[in-house]
Amino acid sequence: MKEYQPKYVGTVTKYVFIESPEMTPTDFAIKAYEVSDGVMIKETCFGLQITGMPDEVDRVLERIRSFDPEHVFVKDRGFPPGDERRCRANLGGARPGYFGHEYEVNYVIRSISHGLSALKAREPGTEADPPSPVKKTYLDTTSLKKIIERMEP
Amino acid sequence: MANVFIYPATSLILSDLVARFGHKPLGSALSVREHIQTAGFDSPPLQITPEDAKKGLKYAAVEVPSGVRGRMSLYGPLIEAAEGAIIVNDADYAFGCMGCARTNELIMFLVRQRGIPVLDLNYPANEKEGEEFVAAIKSFLDTLGETA
Repeated sequence: MKEYQPKYVGTVTKYVFIESPEMTPTDFAIKAYEVSDGVMIKETCFGLQITGMPDEVDRVLERIRSFDPEHVFVKDRGFPPGDERRCRANLGGARPGYFGHEYEVNYVIRSISHGLSALKAREPGTEADPPSPVKKTYLDTTSLKKIIERMEP
Repeated sequence: MANVFIYPATSLILSDLVARFGHKPLGSALSVREHIQTAGFDSPPLQITPEDAKKGLKYAAVEVPSGVRGRMSLYGPLIEAAEGAIIVNDADYAFGCMGCARTNELIMFLVRQRGIPVLDLNYPANEKEGEEFVAAIKSFLDTLGETA
C-alpha cells in the first residue's frame, strides 16, 4: 500500500464531441484557447477534453457551443487527460473503452442533432411520441399461424 | 435544477441533453471523479478498491459477488441523489460481463424502487424518431423542473 495523492483536485474534465459539418475539432480548439484563461484544453480526433475549475470550464463550453449548438455534445469525464492509469501512452497501446461513444456517435447522434434543430420549429404543447420499449409489439401466435397457413400450398 | 440519473450511465447523448436543458446529469463519471480525487492509501489507486465492495453492501446482499457490490458503490449514491431518471432500454453497448449485467439489472430495480419519475426510451433509429426522442426528453425535464 502506498499513499495516493490525487492531482487536479476540485477540477472537472469534460469531453466535447464535435459532429459539425462546418467546423473541425481544430477550429473549436482555437476558439476555446481564445477564452481558455488557464483551463487545460486537449485536442483529440473526436473533439476536445477540457479540464479546469467548474465555472471556468462552463464558460469555455458556453463559448464552444455557441458556434454550432446542435452539433457539439458534452459529457463529464472522471479522469483528467493524461492520467497514467488511463492514458494509452502509459498502457502500451490502444486503451479500452469508448464503445458507448463509438456507438452513439456513429449511429445515433445525427438523429439527435436533427431533433435539436427541429425542436425550435415544434409547436409548443405537442405531445412527443418517442421510440419506447413499452410500445414494442412482438409477433403474436395468431398472426404467426396465419402467416404459416398462407405460406402452405 | 434537478438531479437526473441517466442509464446507460456513460451515455454521451443523455448526459448532453440533460445538461443542455438545464439539469444535472448523474452519470458514472461523477462517481469515478470523486474516487480519483480523494486522497488515501491504495496500491495501485484504481477506481474500485476493497473498501468499495463494503460500501456496496448498502445496495446488495453479502452473497452478491463483490464485482456487483463494487460497481454499486459507484452507482448507488447517484440513484439515491436522483430526482428523476432517463433510461434507454436498448443500449447494447451496456452489455458486459456478469458483473456488469447483474449491476445493470440492480440499477433498473433500484431506480424503479425509489418511485422517482422515470422516462423509458429506446434509441432513435431515424431523424423522425430523433425529433420525438429529443422532444420527449425536453418535455420530461420541463415537468421535472416544475416539481423540483
